[in-house]
Amino acid sequence: MYNGGKVLIGILVFLVLISSPLWYNMAMDGSDYQIELEKAVRGDDCVRDSAWMKANHMDLLNEWRDQVVRNDERFEIGSDGVQYERSLSFTCLSCHENKDKFCDRCHDYLGVEPYCWECHIVPKEVQP
Amino acid sequence: MSVERRKFLKMAGLTALGLAGGAPAKVLGQDNAFADTAAEAVVKPIERSGALTAKRWAMVIDVRKCQEAGECTKCFDACHLTHNVPDFDNPKDEVKWIWKESFEHALGDQDHEYLNDAVKHAHMPVLCNHCDDPACVKVCPTGATFKREEDGLVMIDWHRCIGCRYCMAACPYGSRSFNWRDPRPFIEDIQPDFPTRSRGVVEKCTFCDERLARGQLPACVEACEAGALVFGDLEDPESEVRKLLAERFSMRRKPGSGTQPEVYYLL
Amino acid sequence: MIEHALKGDKRYWSWVATLLAVMGIGFFFYLRQYNEGLTVTGLSRDVSWGFYIAQFTFMVGVAASAVMVVLPYYLHNFKEFGKITILGEFVAIGSVVVCMTFIFVDMGQPFRIINVFLYPSPQSMMFWDAVALSGYLVLNFVISHITLGAERKGIAPPKWIKPVIILSIPWAVSIHTVTAFLYAGLAARPFWMTAILAPRFLASAFSAGPALLILVCLLLRKLTKFNVGKEPIQKVAIIVTYALAINIFFVLMEVFTAVYANMPEHLSHFQYLFVGLHGHGNLVPWMWTSTVFGLVALGLLIVPKTRRNETTLVMACILLFISLWIDKGLCLIIAGFVPNPLHYVVEYVPTLPELAISAAVYAMGLLVVTGLYKVALSVRKQL
Ligand code: HEC
Ligand code: HEC
Ligand code: HEC
Repeated sequence: MYNGGKVLIGILVFLVLISSPLWYNMAMDGSDYQIELEKAVRGDDCVRDSAWMKANHMDLLNEWRDQVVRNDERFEIGSDGVQYERSLSFTCLSCHENKDKFCDRCHDYLGVEPYCWECHIVPKEVQP
Repeated sequence: MSVERRKFLKMAGLTALGLAGGAPAKVLGQDNAFADTAAEAVVKPIERSGALTAKRWAMVIDVRKCQEAGECTKCFDACHLTHNVPDFDNPKDEVKWIWKESFEHALGDQDHEYLNDAVKHAHMPVLCNHCDDPACVKVCPTGATFKREEDGLVMIDWHRCIGCRYCMAACPYGSRSFNWRDPRPFIEDIQPDFPTRSRGVVEKCTFCDERLARGQLPACVEACEAGALVFGDLEDPESEVRKLLAERFSMRRKPGSGTQPEVYYLL
Repeated sequence: MIEHALKGDKRYWSWVATLLAVMGIGFFFYLRQYNEGLTVTGLSRDVSWGFYIAQFTFMVGVAASAVMVVLPYYLHNFKEFGKITILGEFVAIGSVVVCMTFIFVDMGQPFRIINVFLYPSPQSMMFWDAVALSGYLVLNFVISHITLGAERKGIAPPKWIKPVIILSIPWAVSIHTVTAFLYAGLAARPFWMTAILAPRFLASAFSAGPALLILVCLLLRKLTKFNVGKEPIQKVAIIVTYALAINIFFVLMEVFTAVYANMPEHLSHFQYLFVGLHGHGNLVPWMWTSTVFGLVALGLLIVPKTRRNETTLVMACILLFISLWIDKGLCLIIAGFVPNPLHYVVEYVPTLPELAISAAVYAMGLLVVTGLYKVALSVRKQL
């Protein structure tokens, strides 16, 4: 392959381009991003520490999902001693009542679009 | 990170998405150290008191009682309402969890010309049989459909299903439906308690595992006023299902397929 | 090497442009399918696999059939197949690409396909099929790349390639066997649940694939200066003849057991195919066409005179290919679902989007093969 070198450089450039957000993020400490989020309607804290939630809520949701769907473990006692049902529509949205002004606002800002709502229902949207 | 950059990422394909997955989390995890020490260990799952449990769930359908109820559709309606099953009103896109079949189609291999009228014209509900040795589970390439070992329910993980429909080819009972299109617009009365499905995944009856966990009987059983649907633990000799099976003649669908269905029909 | 595919005359480019146009149209329909769901196809709750999966099945056979030239050449040192072997390997590469794409377009959640590898499920034949197909693609790519590369430099290929080539032979058999197991292991579908399905798949593959290769060689001879020679083609024709005879024999065995044993669950599918069931018989004319074409082709191939005559040989190959395509790329999969396990007869007809998408997938395969052939022929400086 006499043009192997060129191909290699091409691949390298592609990889760098693709992973650039990763480097970009690593280079910044994240302090520059501030968005107005609606406060939770109840609770002093989130189902886990809210700072932890900010970074890891998607992992928690995946964990809840697997526990409910695959292990039938639907309820838990949180670190705060409160009993929670592991439910996206009911638990998360019972405190963060306004999905538009909480989840969506942040996601829109970041350009994330969780596909969960294709199936999961926002209670407010179906109950007038 | 700019929205444009994210969009670019999305288009750059799976690898790119994979790489990007971890990125913003890092931005947000201002206390990265915290992420590691999260109080995960303190959290423990609990079983809510009153959940219905069994070693082996099974259903017994009394065809005679069902017959006496005439043109009743209560169990179908209750199930389909509870689980947000869409009504497309055309057989091509149809999704159904429990529906009515005649003897010929439900228990077909025992059909013959001179069968007594009561049986010949009998109609009975059919649904997923929650087989002991389910063919659908064996063929699923991702483990999206699986058998719950503790109580024998055959479940679907809708988050993992890739929509290959191998399970539909493998099911000897035609119990599985595919979402050929987005079901939401075809659900008249959306119940918030249960997620709808999206296009491209397979679905079927779950014996209402979400209701059992809350101490409720399956929606169809609860809705049946004729008492034709009986639900219980097959491993408990005192259960009503066991008593009925001991007293009456019962049949299962397609015993020859070796799947050991757990829905029994009393004739 | 790949730069050879980017140089060509007007004829070459108009062919490429045609393929790209077909792909473009298909892509448009695929976007529609992606947005609206598989409802744009003719599939239903009762016939849940159709044209896509049938094409996949057929093309796995074409992919596997490369072994029919690879084996004599490398294992029996049959030198006459020297020129034809690389063509066979390239057809295999194109076919595997087509197979994988057909699986992709058939998925309800195509972007979750990665789950097959994230949650490997060895009890599922589909998992093994995915493994076998990807492995076969890699094998053929490596083999053809290395051997052609060596040829370009005028040196002997490296020694390590030989075991890889040997490995590709059982691997080719395995891809079609596993594909047959996909169906043959289903108790719910008596039409497929037959031990002879895998042998039958192989027999039909080993006649349809090499028949296609003959047609390709003759076409190349006409369009380019590339000539594989008369003898190799005749040798391949003999392979085609035997494989076709065995395939027809297997089909007759299937029909015999179904008809004589008279078990309704088995028989009803054959009834649906050959005479129609409860007044439904969409596939009946197709099935008879396939039968007649197959028998005529067998006649033309068995008689030495018509086999040696290239005009009648071409005719036989075309008839045979159509016959086996109808049999495997249309009837076999669909008839497995009709009647359904509840004894209902629900028919299936592919829709326009389905056909357009399928055409695009085939066009993509042709494009791959065209590019690869262009490279091979340019390397051999015979164009
Ligand atoms: C008991 C009520 C309650 C529940 C249930 C709850 N949260 Fe929270 N959540 C809070 C509170 C309180 C905060 C702190 C910020 C505030 O006051 O809004 C918070 C913060 C968050 C944050 C961080 C927001 C930020 O940037 O400050 C995220 C993300 C979050 N929650 C997601 C979730 C998700 C996902 C779920 C479901 C798994 C969930 N929450 C369930 C009460 C709750
Ligand atoms: C403070 C900002 C913020 C808030 C508030 C927030 N999210 Fe997120 N969410 C994120 C970020 C950042 C990601 C990570 C995106 C990625 O990794 O691609 C994310 C990802 C997710 C994902 C995974 C999506 C994917 O494509 O992988 C889910 C699910 C999710 N969020 C649900 C929620 C829900 C439900 C709420 C409201 C209760 C919520 N989020 C509120 C920032 C937020
Ligand atoms: C194809 C439809 C579908 C999609 C898409 C989907 N879910 Fe689910 N999800 C379901 C169904 C159905 C259940 C089962 C509900 C039950 O058994 O109560 C469920 C259950 C869950 C549960 C536990 C129970 C509950 O009611 O919340 C969680 C948590 C969950 N999903 C999270 C997610 C997240 C996060 C996403 C997006 C990243 C998502 N799901 C996307 C269909 C879906």
